[in-house]
Amino acid sequence: MRTILFILQKEFLQIFRNRAMLPILFVMPIIQLLVLSLAATFEVKNTPVSLIDLDGSPTARRLVARFEASGYFTVVHRTYDPAAADEAMQRGDVRMILQIPAGFERDLRRDGAAPVQLILDAQDGATAGVVQAYANRILGDYTRDLQVTFAATPPDPRAHPVLDVVFSHWYNPELNYHYFMVPGILVLLVTMIGTFLSAMNVVREKELGTIEQLNVTPLRKRDFIVGKLLPFWILALVELSAGLVVARLVFHVPMLGNLALVYALTGVYLVGMLGLGLWISTFTETQQQAMFLAWFLMVVFILMSGLFTPIESMPGWAQKLTLLNPIAYFIEIMRRVLLKGAGFADVQPQFWALVAFAVTSVTLAVRQYRKVST
Amino acid sequence: MSAFRGFVVKEFYHILRDRRTLLILFGMPVIQLVLFGFAIRNEVNDVRVVIVDPAGDHVTQALTSRLLASPYFEGVEYRTHAEGLERVFQQGQAKEVILFEPRFAHRLAHDGVARVQVLTDATDPNTANTILAYTTALLQAAGQSLAAAPPPGLRIVPEVRMRYNPTLKSVYLFVPGLVALILMLVCALMTSITITREKETGTMEVLLVSPLRPGQIIVGKVLPYLFLSLAIVSVILVLARTVFGVPLRGSAVLLVLECLLFIACALSLGILISTRTRTQQTAMMISLAGLLLPTVILSGFIFPLDSMPPLLQGVSHLVPAKWFLLIVRGIMIKGVGMAELWQETLILAGMTAFFLVASVRNFSVRLD
Repeated sequence: MRTILFILQKEFLQIFRNRAMLPILFVMPIIQLLVLSLAATFEVKNTPVSLIDLDGSPTARRLVARFEASGYFTVVHRTYDPAAADEAMQRGDVRMILQIPAGFERDLRRDGAAPVQLILDAQDGATAGVVQAYANRILGDYTRDLQVTFAATPPDPRAHPVLDVVFSHWYNPELNYHYFMVPGILVLLVTMIGTFLSAMNVVREKELGTIEQLNVTPLRKRDFIVGKLLPFWILALVELSAGLVVARLVFHVPMLGNLALVYALTGVYLVGMLGLGLWISTFTETQQQAMFLAWFLMVVFILMSGLFTPIESMPGWAQKLTLLNPIAYFIEIMRRVLLKGAGFADVQPQFWALVAFAVTSVTLAVRQYRKVST
Repeated sequence: MSAFRGFVVKEFYHILRDRRTLLILFGMPVIQLVLFGFAIRNEVNDVRVVIVDPAGDHVTQALTSRLLASPYFEGVEYRTHAEGLERVFQQGQAKEVILFEPRFAHRLAHDGVARVQVLTDATDPNTANTILAYTTALLQAAGQSLAAAPPPGLRIVPEVRMRYNPTLKSVYLFVPGLVALILMLVCALMTSITITREKETGTMEVLLVSPLRPGQIIVGKVLPYLFLSLAIVSVILVLARTVFGVPLRGSAVLLVLECLLFIACALSLGILISTRTRTQQTAMMISLAGLLLPTVILSGFIFPLDSMPPLLQGVSHLVPAKWFLLIVRGIMIKGVGMAELWQETLILAGMTAFFLVASVRNFSVRLD
């Protein structure tokens, strides 16, 4: 026990002696949490529109006003020349062209139907789909309102039965994107700091030649591993606490679940991730190699974790791969416990997956280290 | 000049001798591109849904099969009572619950209106919103077909055209983004430790007493990596074209030149980090932890920049990958040329020049 305390002291001294590291460990993650959580939103607002209103009638003008009032669209460009609108889209200045043909109002009154043209920049297909859905909704609402002004008699409800769809969004009725992203980004920051640091740790001693000194000490392997992991484990939990405070005070993220549960699960998760970092550290030769490998795994874990894009959208084989992804489990846990108030019973499968991961990665690290030191 | 050439050759050897790192450098980007290119989608489909149907009559059954037949939904449970729905969401079994009211068909026939309640798990607001839109649209379309007569009155008929990507493939969006992400990080990471490593291992003194000027040392350090990165980007672009079928509508030459510019930018950012840090550890933490998330989130790679608050759109201007993405997507997907892209190009060139000048200055200060 005393040896572990000594190693702990030494490792902490080493971390904190490097002045440049302090802001990286404590300031950078918090700034990132603040900035990136604000940025990470799929919400589609203020889509810049080029308007070609060839009709100019009050009906057409009111339609345009509807588009603008929705908050989803902003007309930034007005023209009568489709080629000019085209150019604006090529340049990337507008994402949608709304063209109202001449005779729009007249056709609507006379035939009951009139077209409008929507041309969307679909480079980002998903966003284009959402924009189109918004546009359709606005057109639909407007049509219904026109019905009242244009039509003489209201239709008989029984001839045209309607399905009355009412909805409620649970856990996040205002569809606040921050609630969703902040816990996820917090997970990443805690993970990155811990894993990168531990991945570089042993290999750094190898590169600098200090590993020999450690190998000739009477230090037991178990104590060595614990001594190497514990400082980062503590650091990462401190990061988590700072992040949770920011999440609560700045983003007002609801924390319905038990915070003790959050810490306990984070503790298990971190053992796994730090073990993984340490394992990388034992079989690489240079800090550069260790960093590249850690980066590679991290990017794979992050992009396939369901943080940014839903796991359900992935093809089947990729969904199976996410079963091996600790970040995916942990993000799921954080979101469920914090936002939905899930208890331990609800996250048990995820918990056991994390335990399995922690046992595997630490075992690998310990075995690999033994090979290095003999 | 011959000292400089010798130095560059030496740097080349350094890189080529380290087989393991080289393997990592070439292998990783390829695996990442292939993996993500196939796996990352932001379309919403196969959403798991629980259907609560106390009525169980022919109308609700018809509606249910209509919903489940669509590619958006995948039924997980069909029940007749509404208890325990909280559990469904808390255990993540489904993202949506659809509740039909009791005596559904009867209500529809006699009152002309019947109620469907849609509950979504809105912890993910985007998915919640999208699946609600799908559900409403599907139910309403189904409802129309229940009507005896066609709906009366007015119609504004939207004629929609999806430009540049008519089938709405997300590959078109993500592959260029991955190119930017991979290049930025691999390049910055490679050079960020070049000078710190010399400082840490004590070989810096040797460099300092050599007749090389600071500018030469820096260019000499960047050059080999520039070639290496160019090789990496060629592999990536070929994969994008052949495996993922991302179109190349603009000029290939221009694309390669722009890639070269972006590589130079990322490499010089790495060098700048390298001149400012003392240990490899610090350098790598800055280039990894500091660049990874901003490049993913603030470049327009995944999240649309238009919807961000104005302040953050301002911040995104400082992210080199943002400009590169506009360029790559412009050339590959829109088929535009220099006439439309000169501003973005100029900004990237300006950033590169800034990073280089700042590195040289930082470096010469240390010489004294």
